[in-house]
Amino acid sequence: MSFMKAVLGTVSAIALSATAALADPAIIYDLGGKFDKSFNEAAFNGAERWAKETGGTYRDIELSSEAQREQALRRFAEGGFNPIVVTGFAFASALETVAADYPDTKFAIIDMVVGNDNVRSVVFTEHEGSYLVGVAAAKASKSGTVGFIGGMDIPLIRKFACGYVQGVKATNAGATVIQNMTGTTPSAWNDPVKGAELTKAQIGQGADVVYAAAGGTGVGVLQTAADEGVLSIGVDSNQNYLHPGSVLTSMIKRVDVAVFNAFSAGADLETGFHVLGTANGGIDYALDENNAAIFTDEIKAAVDAAKAGIIDGSIQVHDYMSDNSCPVM
Amino acid sequence: METMPRWADVILVPLINLVLAFSVAGLVVLAIGQNPLDAIYFMIKGSLGSTRGIGYTLYYATNYIFTGLAVAVAFHARLFNIGGEGQAAVSGIGAAVVMLAFDWPHWALALPFAIIGAGLFGAAWAFIPAWLQAKRGSHIVITTIMFNFIGAALLGYLLNGLLKSPHTQNAETVNFPEGAHLPTAHEVLAPLGIAFNKSAPANISFLLAIACAVLVWYLLWRTRLGYQIRAFGKSEAAAKYAGINAVRITIVTMLISGALAGMLSINVVVGEQERLIKEFVEGAGFVGIAVALMGRSHPFGIVLAALLFGMLTQGGFELLFEMPAISREMVLVIQALIILFTGALNYMVHDPVERLFLRRRKRKA
Amino acid sequence: MAASDNQGRRETAAPAIELKGISKAFGPVEANKDISLSVAKGTIHGIVGENGAGKSTLMSILYGFYKADKGEIIVNGTPTQIPDSQAAIAAGIGMVHQHFKLVDNFTVLENVILGAEEGGLLKPSLAKARKHLVELAREYELEVNPDALIEDLSVGHQQRVEILKALYRHADILILDEPTGVLTPSEADHLFRILENLRDQGKTIILITHKLREIMSATDTVSVMRRGQMTATRKTADTSPAELAELMVGRKVLLRVDKTPAKPGKTILEVRDLKVRDDAGVERLKGVSFDVRAGEILGIAGVAGNGQSDLLQVLGGITVATGTIRVNGDAIDLTGRHSDGQSRRARGIAHVPEDRQHLGLIMDFFAWENICFGYHHDPKYQKNRLAMDNAAILADTIGKMERFDIRPPNPHLPAHSFSGGNQQKIVLAREIERNPDLLLVGQPTRGVDIGAIEFIHQRIVELRDAGKAILLVSVELDEILSLTDRVAVMFDGRIQGERITAETNERELGLMMAGMNAEVA
Repeated sequence: MSFMKAVLGTVSAIALSATAALADPAIIYDLGGKFDKSFNEAAFNGAERWAKETGGTYRDIELSSEAQREQALRRFAEGGFNPIVVTGFAFASALETVAADYPDTKFAIIDMVVGNDNVRSVVFTEHEGSYLVGVAAAKASKSGTVGFIGGMDIPLIRKFACGYVQGVKATNAGATVIQNMTGTTPSAWNDPVKGAELTKAQIGQGADVVYAAAGGTGVGVLQTAADEGVLSIGVDSNQNYLHPGSVLTSMIKRVDVAVFNAFSAGADLETGFHVLGTANGGIDYALDENNAAIFTDEIKAAVDAAKAGIIDGSIQVHDYMSDNSCPVM
Repeated sequence: METMPRWADVILVPLINLVLAFSVAGLVVLAIGQNPLDAIYFMIKGSLGSTRGIGYTLYYATNYIFTGLAVAVAFHARLFNIGGEGQAAVSGIGAAVVMLAFDWPHWALALPFAIIGAGLFGAAWAFIPAWLQAKRGSHIVITTIMFNFIGAALLGYLLNGLLKSPHTQNAETVNFPEGAHLPTAHEVLAPLGIAFNKSAPANISFLLAIACAVLVWYLLWRTRLGYQIRAFGKSEAAAKYAGINAVRITIVTMLISGALAGMLSINVVVGEQERLIKEFVEGAGFVGIAVALMGRSHPFGIVLAALLFGMLTQGGFELLFEMPAISREMVLVIQALIILFTGALNYMVHDPVERLFLRRRKRKA
Repeated sequence: MAASDNQGRRETAAPAIELKGISKAFGPVEANKDISLSVAKGTIHGIVGENGAGKSTLMSILYGFYKADKGEIIVNGTPTQIPDSQAAIAAGIGMVHQHFKLVDNFTVLENVILGAEEGGLLKPSLAKARKHLVELAREYELEVNPDALIEDLSVGHQQRVEILKALYRHADILILDEPTGVLTPSEADHLFRILENLRDQGKTIILITHKLREIMSATDTVSVMRRGQMTATRKTADTSPAELAELMVGRKVLLRVDKTPAKPGKTILEVRDLKVRDDAGVERLKGVSFDVRAGEILGIAGVAGNGQSDLLQVLGGITVATGTIRVNGDAIDLTGRHSDGQSRRARGIAHVPEDRQHLGLIMDFFAWENICFGYHHDPKYQKNRLAMDNAAILADTIGKMERFDIRPPNPHLPAHSFSGGNQQKIVLAREIERNPDLLLVGQPTRGVDIGAIEFIHQRIVELRDAGKAILLVSVELDEILSLTDRVAVMFDGRIQGERITAETNERELGLMMAGMNAEVA
């Protein structure tokens, strides 16, 4: 009957427009799309949680071209949406321009620092989270060889890798970490086939735990690990449910928290530099019924100890991006 | 050999195609419980209803004119250049190298050199497949597809190394000199007292695209080279009889085609982004194939088809804002349906319409 | 066979085929207009007409390819619907097409049963067919090795397979469409003996041809078609070639070329030891030598595919070769940068190619665009360094259309809109008006109607009389004999022999075309 309703509704529906009633928040996903089972999906979940908990409404949009970044930002800003959240560092230059043109609108960007006064820049201490799953990987590995598969080769992903290696080496100094990047272009974020190939190669070299920090590419990594009977570690969202009993844990980057917080703050969003880390719940590892059987108490004890150490400062995890180098690599 | 009147072939058939395409797309919209009339309304309003919409429509159309012309020129020599995507990507390197070489004081100074840079790089990327086809018989469809991947990889490599901006994680160059900023539609029209949206990316590259369309027309139907290109495309055997050098025509045609595809980076890289980014072509090279098909490989038809595709791109994006229930993928389906009907299924409509005309003429006679 | 014999005895009075008021239109073109025809059982009936007269359409209706808009088909006295070729076969009608429809890498036997297999297994049908085939072959002098591959057979034998195919399907009425186009004279003679044999056994033959000589010698009755209509039916014994030609064209036609004896001058073209290999490495020309002098027409006769095409292509700059070619005493480049069509034209060679639709014309180009084809670098067609002077080309076209009587005289029509004869005139106008030293002409009248043939022959003779050298390649012996001054016969990539045209005859040339040395024979 929705057919008929749609026909009868005709042009009356045109009254619906893109203008926000009472400064609703809005979110713009990166080119990967909102259901990437990773970064963008986490942002989507945060927005949904906010909508459910507050009963508020928000608007979101997926892009298909670079020129649309600025277009979408302006479209929402003109429509009176506030705040406007963008996910991913690729928005930086578009946001710099648009934020300057709309000083009364608040923006938030995740994973990037943009200097405008009306922008909140949210960054995560991924190196800490990667350290934690590195500890878990070293504990779970029987072969003493673990793997890392990154998405696009950029400093942010090296930061993941560096933290991971630090965690592994701190737990088992003799362990080997095989590292691969999927590519050097943005398509490396969404190439599950290549992810699968790299995983097979790493398994061939003896890896029995593989950590994927590669966006949509990671789907292929986790799948292959499950098929080949080795363990994998998910990233960004809790990906344990994808292959219960095969995903050892997930390095959770609470992008959803970042979005939720920004949406909750509304037009009063505090701008400036915001760090989400282990201490304030922005970074964590995932433990649920899907990995309870393989995430043994021994592993949990080691990881929790490391987490406590990071929080109290007794463990200092080196951030690759602070000096573009990694002491253990 | 009886045919229907030319106006029917050039206007009526595409129009019927378009109506069919929108009808089927409308069914798809209905199927997800949305009102197709609203969807069409928002697509047209979004693409033509404001100067911002027009500015984006023209911006996309500019790209499609360039790539459509590139495909068409090659097609007249019966060369199927699927490599517009790669040629445009590589041309961006040429444009960026020129733009970053000097601190250009004024765009009028920079533009001619940027055109040469982009054209040369685009042409160079078309040259290798052309040479392989002409001299070694490697099929140009295969090689140009391959070169799309190699071009993308080359661009990625340079943007992650040699050309990479030190200030960002993104694979992109630093911004081009401020002085070389190409006038946007707003900046061109404001002195004339015409208000145009400031943020819309349409810039004077659109005029370059129109100029290219005129030049391509002149080339194909007025020059000796164009005559030889068309003759070669219509019949390779006859061209050989006439002493037309197949190797030369293949290579020259592909050079022109590649250079035209390369003009896309004038619009996107020099005009809009003002820096070289990784994925700036975004399928325009492939859309150019549909544009050339729909435009019957004639520059005038290509400009019209490019405007239509520009409207589809811009209107489709506006649809996302106006009708949240329609997803990005749904917009893609609608766009694809229109391409399918206007391009690939052309003869589905063409032949019955022709029969109709012939039957009517016979009755009259 | 027994069944058809019975039928034959029962209904001897009824004609084998009777058509009443057949009409067929394609859009506004009326291909067949109210055609009635009656073919008596046990006769050979010829149908002649120019290209586009409607012969093929009529036969296609009879064989079920097209459905007539109006009219009735009566087979052996029974009104019959023929919606497809299966129905035609069921009605006892068989067809031998101009272009054989055989599978090259199948054996004769396999081709014969193709489409007429019985049951799911091949073996029983093959065995049955073999027996049947042997009987047929004996009965009608149609000997073919049932196990030979088609690609290994000569065209004459391939044609026999086509006939056998029809007979195997119990055809009583056999339609042959231009059957001698690809045959040597002796193969053609054999074919006509077979046809007579078939007729004597009670079969009915319909022979479609444009060669009046064949009509006169082989048929019992003949019908003439012109512009979609059946203009006349005659007993062959009561008519003459001149009358038939007049009926075909609608006016009096000169069947002989009116020309004075040649006055040969200096040697223009000198060919020595010319050799060509094709892409597959097969030698197509095996050392060809000859001369053509100013003011004479040298004819190259031969069955198609014996190297004549390769010879023309080398001379025209389309393919590379080894050996020597001199034009006006200077050697021309056979392999290098100057071995292309442009260089040949620059040396005063004009070329009317054998295949005008694929080589001589761009069928989608307008007439005016075709008029400068090959001469598009000519200064008189240029406006400036880049652009061509379209107005000048157009003006030139209008002049040529007038002088060569090209119809319709509209330079803005694409080449494919012209009839075969007018297409050929466009090419001839372009090449002859260059006033070349040497004119290469391949199959000048193939697919050209009789009216235009006369005109084309006259133009070629005029060019000769202007003191130019002409090399004419034709598979039509009539054309060679009536138009040329000297004739060289090609066989298997070699010149088999050379004769003064006036001093030779069809028989002698025919033997040479079959590869026999005339003196010995």
